[in-house]
Amino acid sequence: MSVDQNIVRKVASLARIAITDEEAERLTPELNNILGWVEQLGEVDTSSVEPMTAVIPNTLRLRDDVVTEGDQRDAVLANAPQGEHGFFTVPKVVE
Amino acid sequence: MTESTYRIHGDTGEWEVVIGLEVHAQVTTQAKLFSGAPTAFGAEPNTQVSLVDAAMPGMLPVPNRECIRQAVRTGMALGAVINKWSRFDRKNYFYADLPQGYQISQLYHPLVGEGAIDVQLDEKDPESPTKTIGIERIHVEQDAGKLMHDQHPTRSYVDLNRSGVALMEIVSRPDMRSPQEAGAYLSKLRSILRYVGSCDGNMDQGSMRADVNVSVRKPGGELGTRTETKNVNSVRFVMQAIESEAQRQVEVIESGGRIVQETRLFDPDKGETRSMRSKEDAHDYRYFPDPDLLPLELDDAFLDECKASLPELPDAKRRRYEGDLGLTAYNAAVLTADADTARWFEALLAESARVQKKGEPEVARAAANWLISDLFGALNRLGKSIDTSPVSPEEGAELLALIADGTISNTIGKQVFEIMLETGDTPGKIVEEKGLKQTSDTGAIEKVIADIMAANEDKVVEYRGGKDKLFGFFVGQTMKAMQGKANPQVVNELLKKALG
Amino acid sequence: MTDVTDLGVAAIRDGIRTKAFSAREVADAFIVKVSKAKALNAFIVETPDHAIAAAKAADDAVAAGETLKPLAGVPIGMKDLFCTKGVQTTAASHMLEGFIPQYESTVSRHLWEAGAGMLGKLNLDQFAMGSSNETSYFGNVISPWRRGGGDNAALAPGGSSGGSSTAIAARLCPAATGTDTGGSIRQPAAFTGISGIKPTYGRCSRWGVVAFASSLDQAGPMAHDVKDCAIMLEAMAGFDPKDATSLDLPVPKWEAGLNSDMRGKKIGIPKEYRVDNMPAEIDALWQQGIDWMKDAGAEIVEVSLPHTKYALPAYYIIAPAECSSNLARYDGVRYGLRDLPEGANLQEMYAATRAAGFGDEVKRRIMIGTYVLSAGFYDAYYTQAQKVRTLIARDFESAWMACDYLLTPTAPSAAFALGEKSADPLAMYLNDVFTVPSSLAGLPAMSVPGGLDKNGLPLGLQIIGKPLDEQGVLNAGLAIEQRAGFTARPEAWW
Repeated sequence: MSVDQNIVRKVASLARIAITDEEAERLTPELNNILGWVEQLGEVDTSSVEPMTAVIPNTLRLRDDVVTEGDQRDAVLANAPQGEHGFFTVPKVVE
Repeated sequence: MTESTYRIHGDTGEWEVVIGLEVHAQVTTQAKLFSGAPTAFGAEPNTQVSLVDAAMPGMLPVPNRECIRQAVRTGMALGAVINKWSRFDRKNYFYADLPQGYQISQLYHPLVGEGAIDVQLDEKDPESPTKTIGIERIHVEQDAGKLMHDQHPTRSYVDLNRSGVALMEIVSRPDMRSPQEAGAYLSKLRSILRYVGSCDGNMDQGSMRADVNVSVRKPGGELGTRTETKNVNSVRFVMQAIESEAQRQVEVIESGGRIVQETRLFDPDKGETRSMRSKEDAHDYRYFPDPDLLPLELDDAFLDECKASLPELPDAKRRRYEGDLGLTAYNAAVLTADADTARWFEALLAESARVQKKGEPEVARAAANWLISDLFGALNRLGKSIDTSPVSPEEGAELLALIADGTISNTIGKQVFEIMLETGDTPGKIVEEKGLKQTSDTGAIEKVIADIMAANEDKVVEYRGGKDKLFGFFVGQTMKAMQGKANPQVVNELLKKALG
Repeated sequence: MTDVTDLGVAAIRDGIRTKAFSAREVADAFIVKVSKAKALNAFIVETPDHAIAAAKAADDAVAAGETLKPLAGVPIGMKDLFCTKGVQTTAASHMLEGFIPQYESTVSRHLWEAGAGMLGKLNLDQFAMGSSNETSYFGNVISPWRRGGGDNAALAPGGSSGGSSTAIAARLCPAATGTDTGGSIRQPAAFTGISGIKPTYGRCSRWGVVAFASSLDQAGPMAHDVKDCAIMLEAMAGFDPKDATSLDLPVPKWEAGLNSDMRGKKIGIPKEYRVDNMPAEIDALWQQGIDWMKDAGAEIVEVSLPHTKYALPAYYIIAPAECSSNLARYDGVRYGLRDLPEGANLQEMYAATRAAGFGDEVKRRIMIGTYVLSAGFYDAYYTQAQKVRTLIARDFESAWMACDYLLTPTAPSAAFALGEKSADPLAMYLNDVFTVPSSLAGLPAMSVPGGLDKNGLPLGLQIIGKPLDEQGVLNAGLAIEQRAGFTARPEAWW
């Protein structure tokens, strides 16, 4: 499978990264090169293999239903690029 | 199973509606699904936000056991398959209410598999047909935050208080064929969740909302393209949304158009659905297993506890009320429709049996009738729900006991209940203070009867002449003179004797 | 008098205890060294006050005759991937420039609780993506090493923990934290003649560490020698209920358990690690390592890890896939950079912010990750890569039937010059060929210096161990260290 500039632009859009035409042009062979290389994985017969789920045998721990955090609006908003009245703000969204 | 006859009448003939619901139910817990922030409704913006919920760099999710437990209990209540091995996946998309840039959900291996719900198509009519609606799956996922658009001319405000709250997504099969079926399904599901205690079912607070999938087809034909109307938050709106969306689809198709698979919004003011502003990208959520979390593996001890802690569920309760308590099908249905009502009724029943020293089946009918007509009537009038009733089950049982043992009549009972509602006094105290005790004093009653017969000699003659109907007149006059406190049975006997 | 900046962690710790010098003297000496080494660009932020405060606490404890904490008065460097409360944390990105965490990562908290002080936040490859420290928004880190013979080309300190490796090699700090996703501790350690260990996945909490690839990221120490690594790792490791992948196990006494006697141990030599075009010097060093192991009493066995050649391609699917999702949170809404062009809507703001905030390599990996997870490609790429990962882990499990540790070179070459590989992403990725397989399998692995190449540049040997056997890895590393007698150090030119 190889990607063309349209696919590169579509992927960039999915990833929410604005790219210029020059960048799309530069990225296309780069990504093809990398994707072509990783596609050698297709050679491996994995028909009877399960995908890895846990790197080191370990089971998911569950925590108790206890409130341990909250009431820290200042800390939550401390690094906000823009905020007012205790909210983060973004350009107006039309739904 | 009964096939619905609900049809949309189009220009080209009749259309059948195919409906599936994805219900998002907030799991009742103290803390969020993956963080220790609180979940209470209505707090100041961004005060119930952990660093995890705000997706600060390096923050990690740790699942809340109670969320898993409640979802498993819910699955069990729906007779569903519980998957002992499940896992969390990330659903990736960008939106201002989604701090991580992904929602942690379960796509590939949900916690709960297939189950079913039996619904009565008319809740008020126990004789109405029932239908089994399949449940495809239940998975656990994070709720998003909230955007507010009206506070500022050019900005939307972001509140993350809801961000990370645990939801169960309960996905039905496309088994419903009419707005009524969908409404009945949603009501029944809500009832079960409230019984189980896994969701409070408060639709107006957003604790429960439905994504409504609707398509239309010629009866029995191939499935049409469906639309998904998001976040509909009442049973009535769900029914309206289905009706208007099905109507719209028929009109589109019949005028030569094509249904686009899309996400729509329901506008409650207009009672219609409308397309959401179409997104630039076709959705590609790039689901993959969340690498911050290991597979969720449940052991038998955990499942056993979930099972053991399940309450009696509405269908079983209803059968028991009819069978063991001898209630009418209608009363059993009304009393079991909501968990709070059933709980109240059972408290009333237990207390009634205790104070009257009788078995529950002996006191059940009177208790059911009183609850459904008198108490519900009063609550309706007062605009209260049963869990905020001004009268307790204990007080109700005391009142019922006074009626049952003949201390007061049914009529006086209604008066006493009104006074209870007004003053908050106990029925015993009211009866005592107001002197409402029913009398069986034959001397007093005989004297009153003699006075009445003397004052109505003409009617006595008519009665004795064969006009039996007049007996009721004498009873009424006697009761009136006794201010309703005479034992009706004694009055009857004495009147018969005196009138000959 | 000794220059305390020549000393390692153990020597500093012990010297403070025996009052050979004060913690404050140590802190001051390193602070001066740091301030004079701007040319290396190892630090993004210097935090002398933090180091001095820890030194003062240590000196007060000494004066009061209290029992000293394990790292009392030891000043260290902190890779700028660990969130430090009140101190800018950037992951070497424009995106997080100016970001001041309101929280302390578990690993850094452990270190401060052990009495260590912080000299500053160390430069790295942006979001830990890179093998040469050329992707930092704050500029390249320069290795203190130079090729002999008057070649003054600036060399790569390795990556992504290049600030850490340079700072230790240049003796700007006795030890530093690193993180290793596919070799980011071991390869820079090898390039700069120091030691570094990536413990078993789950030993060190990931809480508060800016995530790159969650199933691979693991913190670990970098220091002059094996013993210092053991001391540091003891402080850094430990169960953390805030990380669902953290291992709920006690932290072994690795320093006390050090023992370089390899008698009765079997060292596996994986034949697949003899890759094409490997410089003869690397091969020779490997053979030297084998001989040292024999000398230490170990038995050498050849083993096979048949899926080795697929490790890098699998890694370059899995790591970008995870990173594409992990880095979605950098959207200009709650913290970090926001680029809002005139009239832009929300989605345009995201795209502009992320275009401006991420460097080329980060974008490249996000794009690859986005692509391999997208509809229609998920199974062919991601699922297949995770299956291959299972096979790679099985290869190791089979190897453990035959041996206790694996010995390999750490990297296929010595340090290269800055700019030499940065134009070709694939050539850069191949640097991790020996380190990535053990990362995919979550195994403990360390690099120790073995010798110098013909240009006088350090070369490292890697020891890979069984899950949770950090002790064995450290012991094998110590056996090599004792025989290699590596004392070379870069001449100060900065």
